[in-house]
Amino acid sequence: MTNHRLSPQTINDPLVKIRGVTFRRGTRLIFDNVDIDIARGKITAIMGPSGCGKTTMLRIIGGQLRPDSGSVVVDGHEVPALSRRALFTLRKRMGMLFQSGALLTDLNVFDNVAFPLREHTDLPESMIRDLVLMKLEAVGLRGAKHLSPNQLSGGMQRRVALARAIALDPLMIMYDEPFTGQDPISMGVLVRLIKLMKDALGITSIVVSHDVQETASISDYIYVISAGKVVGEGTPETLRNSASEWVRQFMDALPDGPVPFHYPAPDYEEDLLSGGRA
Amino acid sequence: MLESKFVETIVGLFVALGVAALFMLAMKVSNLSSLGEDGGYDVTARFLNIGGLKVRSPVKMAGVVIGRVKDIELDRQSYEAVATLSLASKFDKIPTDTSANIYTAGLLGEQYVSLDPGAEDTFLKDGDRITLTQSAVVLEQLIGRFLYQKAAGDEG
Amino acid sequence: MTQALETLGRAGLRSFERLGRGQIFMAYVLAGIPEIALRWRLVVHQVYAVGVLSLVIIVVSGLFVGMVLGLQGYNTLVDFGAEESLGVLVALSLVRELGPVVSALLFAGRAGSALTAEIGLMKTTEQLSAMEMMAIDPLHRVVAPRFLAGIISMPLLAAMFSAVGVYGGYFIGVGLLGVDEGAFWSQMQDAVDLRDDIFNGVIKSIVFGVAVTWIAVFEGYDTVPTAEGISRATTRTVVNSSLAVLGLDFILTALMFD
Repeated sequence: MTNHRLSPQTINDPLVKIRGVTFRRGTRLIFDNVDIDIARGKITAIMGPSGCGKTTMLRIIGGQLRPDSGSVVVDGHEVPALSRRALFTLRKRMGMLFQSGALLTDLNVFDNVAFPLREHTDLPESMIRDLVLMKLEAVGLRGAKHLSPNQLSGGMQRRVALARAIALDPLMIMYDEPFTGQDPISMGVLVRLIKLMKDALGITSIVVSHDVQETASISDYIYVISAGKVVGEGTPETLRNSASEWVRQFMDALPDGPVPFHYPAPDYEEDLLSGGRA
Repeated sequence: MLESKFVETIVGLFVALGVAALFMLAMKVSNLSSLGEDGGYDVTARFLNIGGLKVRSPVKMAGVVIGRVKDIELDRQSYEAVATLSLASKFDKIPTDTSANIYTAGLLGEQYVSLDPGAEDTFLKDGDRITLTQSAVVLEQLIGRFLYQKAAGDEG
Repeated sequence: MTQALETLGRAGLRSFERLGRGQIFMAYVLAGIPEIALRWRLVVHQVYAVGVLSLVIIVVSGLFVGMVLGLQGYNTLVDFGAEESLGVLVALSLVRELGPVVSALLFAGRAGSALTAEIGLMKTTEQLSAMEMMAIDPLHRVVAPRFLAGIISMPLLAAMFSAVGVYGGYFIGVGLLGVDEGAFWSQMQDAVDLRDDIFNGVIKSIVFGVAVTWIAVFEGYDTVPTAEGISRATTRTVVNSSLAVLGLDFILTALMFD
């Protein structure tokens, strides 16, 4: 479905190429010289403990944040250098699924999915209707088209948001923590949908998550980020057998390891004896 | 989510109501209906004392507003006040021997210029001067004179 | 002492910074107005939310303010035997001051706070971010129609406030207290000038509309994306826009009725 967009020369190039990206928030270093490749037509996962800046990475790829240094190339375009107009043109080919779904609360399900179509195309209403129903059918919520977003469960909201993200047939979709806070059934549905998007539509997917099992089950390639650096990468199998302490701690969910259990603090005994002077 | 048509109709009504309110203010509350702003002609009148007359005070004839005071100056030679009256062009048959008086509307009301028509066959034109004038009645003077006469009367 | 000065200085700098950001924000919003004017339906829906939904409070308040003016004015004027000037007093107070000012204050409380909360909530729930990722500029799609709707609604609401208020005063003065009806209207018409009073009042309400809506949409867009942030932004909208209305009213009055 999306293959017509790929010329033979570019087909083996990664869709997204991140090189030497450094990003600071205030004085805190979020990313330190990070390199990531996102292969076309594959599901690539970016994993890491909470607060390590995974979502920030998606925003950098989408051009909402600008890295302090380094290059981010999406489909041949250097994102941080793009003008606003060019960036918007590029974004029409990127979908993003926010953690909360981020549906427009003043529109119903149907209008939410129709929103990007109405904003960006001059299609007649009858065609928009067909397209929207197709997308909703794909996520299994065609029957919910008249409901308003706050009548839906969190998992269903994400599915509607997914239908909206694929409304313009994008090259890639970025999933921000798609499994967080879902019951096992919704989680299973989302896992299946993400896989379906790749298999049926050939959409390149970037999944940011800390849910190891689910993510590993669908990913083709995984990057593990911790403390601003890529500490491990490879296929799910390679990572499971990785010798790296960082990767081990994360994949096996160990409470203490390179990511310490304790927040950095002065010596415990000293702190207690200082009598509140510190 | 409300039906689009419904919202649009209501908003249409809302705007119509707002415009109607503005129209009501213009027609019923203000003096738009009585006088046009421009297209009039100017005549001057000299007074020894204009009292509380101000620019934009009304000019009336037989109680009907026919114009406004446009400008008030002091003649540096004669020490008279020169008031320029702007009269609406539809009142163009005002005799040249018309007299101008400054009256007060009620005891505490604002002062206005009242024109009493004369009998001449020639009419006032732009730039003409009204020669017959009577100054404003200043309340203090009036009371003073009244008290003086009263005192004189009591003696005699 | 030094610390107090330091705090004061920092607060001052922060307000200047916000003012600057507010202006840049406004420039982006204004850039979106021509595009949004073509999609008038978006504006119409916002006029509904901003204007029509404020109608009841404006009309009811206008009626009561007019009736209070009628009562108070009558009680004062009757001592001087000048109760026939009641129409003048009611109309001038409403058209020059109370209409634009009170309706702008009510507008800030009713529509301004709602605008801030709505945009702030859209930001908090990542709806604005999502729009940006869909290549839709939320400043043009979300903020510009709301801003335009505020500017359109404010003078209409103020005019309705004044008109209803005049009738409120008429109802009390003529209907209940027995002021002569003819004198009520004719003295009013004599004293109220279309350009000096009514036109200036409309200009005031347009300026207030711009100020209140600008503050409301900016505070919403600038919200710290948390529940607490929204409530603080809403409060700031009401406080700042009320202050702005009263301050601007003084400046405009000084310029208009010197």
